[in-house]
Amino acid sequence: MIWVDTLVQGILLGGLYALFAAGLSLVFGIMRLVNLAHGDLIVMAAYLILLLVTLLGLSPFVAAAIAAPVMYLIGWGLQKHLLNRTLGTDILPPLLVTFGLSIALQNALLEGFSADSQRLPTGAISTASLDLGVLTVGVLPLLTFGSAVAVIDGLNQLFYRTELGRAFRATSDDPITASLMGIRPGNIFAKATAIAMLVVTLAALYLGMRSNFDPNIGPARLIYAFQAVIIGGLGSLWGTLAGGIIIGLAQTIGAAINPEWQILAGHVAFLVVLLLRPRGLFPRAFD
Amino acid sequence: MNTQSHIPTYVVTTRTKASQVTAVVSVPLLALLILLPFFAGRGLIQDLFFVLTMLVLAQFWNLLAGYGGMVSIGQQAFVGMGAYAMFGGVILAGIDPIPAILLGGVAALIVAIPTAFFAFRLQGPYFAIGTWVIAEVMRLIMAQVQSLGGGTGTSLPRAATREMWATEWIAELFDVRNSAARDILTYWLALALAAASIAAIYALLRSKPGLALSAVRDNPEAAKSVGVDAGRMKWFVFLASAFGTGLAGALIYVQKARISPDAAFSVTDWTAYVLFIVIIGGIGTIEGPIIGVIIFFLLQSLLADFGSWYLFTLGIIGILVMLIAPRGLWGLITDKTGIQLFPVRRRLRGGTANTPKN
Repeated sequence: MIWVDTLVQGILLGGLYALFAAGLSLVFGIMRLVNLAHGDLIVMAAYLILLLVTLLGLSPFVAAAIAAPVMYLIGWGLQKHLLNRTLGTDILPPLLVTFGLSIALQNALLEGFSADSQRLPTGAISTASLDLGVLTVGVLPLLTFGSAVAVIDGLNQLFYRTELGRAFRATSDDPITASLMGIRPGNIFAKATAIAMLVVTLAALYLGMRSNFDPNIGPARLIYAFQAVIIGGLGSLWGTLAGGIIIGLAQTIGAAINPEWQILAGHVAFLVVLLLRPRGLFPRAFD
Repeated sequence: MNTQSHIPTYVVTTRTKASQVTAVVSVPLLALLILLPFFAGRGLIQDLFFVLTMLVLAQFWNLLAGYGGMVSIGQQAFVGMGAYAMFGGVILAGIDPIPAILLGGVAALIVAIPTAFFAFRLQGPYFAIGTWVIAEVMRLIMAQVQSLGGGTGTSLPRAATREMWATEWIAELFDVRNSAARDILTYWLALALAAASIAAIYALLRSKPGLALSAVRDNPEAAKSVGVDAGRMKWFVFLASAFGTGLAGALIYVQKARISPDAAFSVTDWTAYVLFIVIIGGIGTIEGPIIGVIIFFLLQSLLADFGSWYLFTLGIIGILVMLIAPRGLWGLITDKTGIQLFPVRRRLRGGTANTPKN
């Protein structure tokens, strides 16, 4: 039964990684931009939630609801005024600008909040669990996974069912033609990054409630998110969920064999997929 | 004779006046740097060691990203593997640290083969993060090697550092203690490595394969259509860059004499700094990393006391340079003055000069 437990824990952990990755996947799908500061933005959102919790005495969920529009605006401004200037045929500017942003964010957080580990106060929910007979499942991991599925489904609905989604797809396919139809690619990109920041806030909420965080953990979250996106196949949101689950499973199984192998096992799973299916499991984008 | 003089003769040249000046000035400059330990203090020698090793890392990252078009964030993989191979040679095989540096370069070259095999499956930005993941894998694996200290790391044995090649001779020559002699030795090696790296990269860029490399970077399809084997060039540049980075990594850790996986595979120390050096100085030029490393060192000396604000500032400067002057400081200088100290551009000379004036 211990193995069933490990597998379920791994799948649920994958939900968290899918939340890390969904924003990255969305932004890549629309503007082919890889934001190297993605992990640090998650950590920044976690500190924003923590700040609201400690200053105003709010519950983390309410604090996240307040942080979300703030992050939305930050994402919009970041894309509109900084990242849009870097887009083009040359891959260097977006990579180097977001790398610079990552270093700057990490160190600003370090200066503002020190290197001490923090955690969001969770109350009863962190220990609550559901007894499913053969195994017991924590409510918080279950909630994380449920949120991940809801986010992926929501983004897919947005992408394929709404006017904004149509604009996203049109701009993704051909920004020049789209702009002839009255779409401003710059604004569409800004909205996409803003929406990605809403997902980032949700990811930050669960990250902060489930484990300790400090200003230096951003790059590792970026790497997990990146692995989930690549395993799933570029541009496929459900693929990203599958990728997250594979990383989560690999890490949990690795940790069950030897606690020191947890992170390594996730990386190895990624390299194996890269070896066997270089374009990921469910590739959609062709570039 | 008459018919011949009507055919204009063209000469392909890369030489400029500035490059001739560079060639003339570089000899006494190099001599001065070699003789520096005779009249400079130990602090300056240590600072210059740091500057020179960072310059080597920057030149090889620039070769990879600026000329090869492969933006890697995983160069710490080769610094770390080079350093660990040197430590392995000393601790496990009892080799002297100085020849073990070569072992570091070879080890980095060997691990670069599977790294390239995986990383070349990823394009553009994904290549960048892919190289980073592979560096992380190497860090986690080295943390499992208990004979080299595992996760906490280890030091070079006291006996090995004390009896290192040539240190006794240098100690006698300069009449200094053993530890100061070690600094002078590593400084000389860093100087030799930096000079050799710049010379080798410059020679490569002026050669035919170098022209092919620039062609692949600027337009891979057009380069392929005129017969350039783009895939082979990528492999060559990636492996050459790994070898140079591995040598630098091993040398840096001979001087540090203490290693840990987190330090040897640090993305900040061995890739972020190097990136900023190249961007600020000017990517895709040999002069850029040289200017960049000087500015980086000045910034570090000025701001080192401010801790994280220093790195924060570096990040912001990197962003601003990329947005305002994407070709860096050296790009601004060449735009204004047209000076090229290490020109690689081929220009046609002659033609009209030889036509008869009748």
